[in-house]
Amino acid sequence: MARAAGLSDARRSVEAVWRIESARIVATLSRYTGDFDLAEDLAQEALGEALAAWPGSGVPENPGAWLVTVGKRRAIDAWRRRGREDERHAAIARELDARELDAREEEPWDPEAIDDDVLRLVFIACHPVLSREASIALTLRTVGGLTTEEIARALLLPVATVQQRIVRAKRTLAAAAIPFEAPSPDEYPARLSAVLNVLYLIFNEGHAASAGPEWMRPELGLEALRLARVLAGLVPREAEAHGLVALMAFSAARFPARVDAAGDPVLLADQDRARWDRSLVALGSAALARADATGRGRGPYALQAAIAECHDTAPSVEATDWARIVLLYEALGRLAPSPVVELNRAVAVSMAQGPASALRIVDGLAAALEGYPQLPGVRGELLSRLGRAEEARAEYERAARMTGNERERQVLEAKIRALGGRR
Amino acid sequence: MAKYMLIMRATDEAVAAYDETPFEQVIEAMGRYNESLIKAGVMVGGDGLAPEPGVVVDFSTTPPVVSDGPYGETKELFNGFWTLEVPTIEEAAEWAKRCPLGPGSKLEIRRITGPEDFPADNEWIQKEAEWRAQQG
Repeated sequence: MARAAGLSDARRSVEAVWRIESARIVATLSRYTGDFDLAEDLAQEALGEALAAWPGSGVPENPGAWLVTVGKRRAIDAWRRRGREDERHAAIARELDARELDAREEEPWDPEAIDDDVLRLVFIACHPVLSREASIALTLRTVGGLTTEEIARALLLPVATVQQRIVRAKRTLAAAAIPFEAPSPDEYPARLSAVLNVLYLIFNEGHAASAGPEWMRPELGLEALRLARVLAGLVPREAEAHGLVALMAFSAARFPARVDAAGDPVLLADQDRARWDRSLVALGSAALARADATGRGRGPYALQAAIAECHDTAPSVEATDWARIVLLYEALGRLAPSPVVELNRAVAVSMAQGPASALRIVDGLAAALEGYPQLPGVRGELLSRLGRAEEARAEYERAARMTGNERERQVLEAKIRALGGRR
Repeated sequence: MAKYMLIMRATDEAVAAYDETPFEQVIEAMGRYNESLIKAGVMVGGDGLAPEPGVVVDFSTTPPVVSDGPYGETKELFNGFWTLEVPTIEEAAEWAKRCPLGPGSKLEIRRITGPEDFPADNEWIQKEAEWRAQQG
C-alpha cells in the first residue's frame, strides 16, 4: 500500500515484516489456541510490541519467531485473566519456559503444517457466515497483513468503519463457533468458490471503483493478485485458483494504460498498448497454462482470463481475434449464464460481425439489465457506429445519469460531445 | 507496488567458500528461499549467472576493447538476481535479509523503472515500448 508520509524507517521495517509474516503468525496462533478471534487479537498485540521495541533494539534475527513467541505469551496472560488454565494452556506455558524471548529457533512454524494453517485462515476469513464486506476487510488484514489504516485507505472508507467491520466479523465467527478447520470434502467446492469470489471482489474494488471520484486503485488490485497467487500456491490442483490469478494478471497488466496523464480514464480501444505490463501478461499466460494443466477444463475465471489474454496479446483493437473472443463468451455463457456476459458477447460480436448483429443481442437484454449503466453505454456505441446519432446521444445520456462513477460519467459526456457535430 | 531487483554480488572468497559447501545443501537452501517468495506471491522472476569467466567490453577507448576478466578493481562478481513485486523497498529488503547467503555476499536492491519513469511523449520511448509489445 502507499506509504504514509512521516513514518520512520523503523516503523516501515516493522510493517514490512508484518506483511510477510502476519498470515503465518495468525494461522499459527489460531492452531495453538484453537481460537481465531483470540489469535487475531494476540497477533495485533505482538505487532504493537514490535512497533514499540524494534525501533530501539532493531529487527530481531528471526522476526517471525519473535512475534509468535510474544503472541503465545499474551495467550497465556489472556487465559490467566479469564481463569482458563486448561491443559492446552499448560502445554504452551511449558514450551515457553524452555525458551528465551529472543527466540533464536530456526523455524517458528512447522513448514509442513503451516500451509494447511494458512489455508484454514483463508477459509475462515472468507466464511459464508460473514458478509462479503466483512470478508474483504478480514482477508486484507489477516491474510494480506495490511493495517486497519491501510485497508481504510485502500477501500476509501473511514478507519472506524473498517475497525467496526473487523470487530463484527470476528464476533460473528465466534458466535457461530466456526472451528479453525478446512471445510469437509462435500463443502469444499462451495467454500473455495467463496474464497475466490472474495479475492475477485477485492481486485475489482481496485480495478474499477463503483462509486466515488477514483477510477481505479492499482495498489489494491495488485494486492488482490498477490493474495490469489498465495491461494494458488496453497491449492495447486484447483484449476480456478490459477484461472483467477491469470484473470487478475491480464487485467492488472493494463493498469499503467488505463488513465492518461490528467488522470482521466482511457478505454481499452484507446489505450497505449505499449504501456501494458509485459511481465504481468507473461504471469497471466503461465497461470492460465497451469489451470489448463490440471486437466479439469476451464471454469468461469479461466474463460474470462482467456478472453483477457486475447486482448493483452493483440497488437491493436483491429488485429484482435474477436471471433475467438465471441466463442469464449459463448462458452462462458453456457457455464455461467448471465445477461452481463451476453452484453460483453454483444460487444465482441459487434467487432467480429458488425454493430447490427450486436444490436439485436443487446435489444434482447433490456429487461434483464434494467438499471445497469453499461447497457445504454454499449447500445449508444452501437447506434453511433450505425450512424443513428440522435438515438446514440439519448442512450449515452441515460448511461451518464445511471453511473455512480464520476470518471465514467466524464467519458460518456465526452462521447456525447463528440456526437454533437453530426447533429 | 513496484518491482525491485535483488542483485547478488559476492567476493572471490565468498564464491570459493560457496564452492566448498555441499551442492545439495546449497540447492536446498536456495530452493526453500525461492519457494517462500513464490508462496508469498511476490516473485516475478530471477536467474543465476554461470560461474565460468565471461568477457568484458570496455568503453574507455574508441573503439571499445573486448577482453577476458578480471573485472577491474572490484573483486565482486555479479552472479544472479531476483525480481520481486512488493509495495515498499523496506519489504524488498526484508525479503533480501532472508536469502541464504554468507559473509562476502551482498544483495543490492534497486527499483526497476516502469513507463511512468519516462516522458510518455518521447518518440523513442514509445517505439521501444511498441517493440516490446510486439516481441512479448
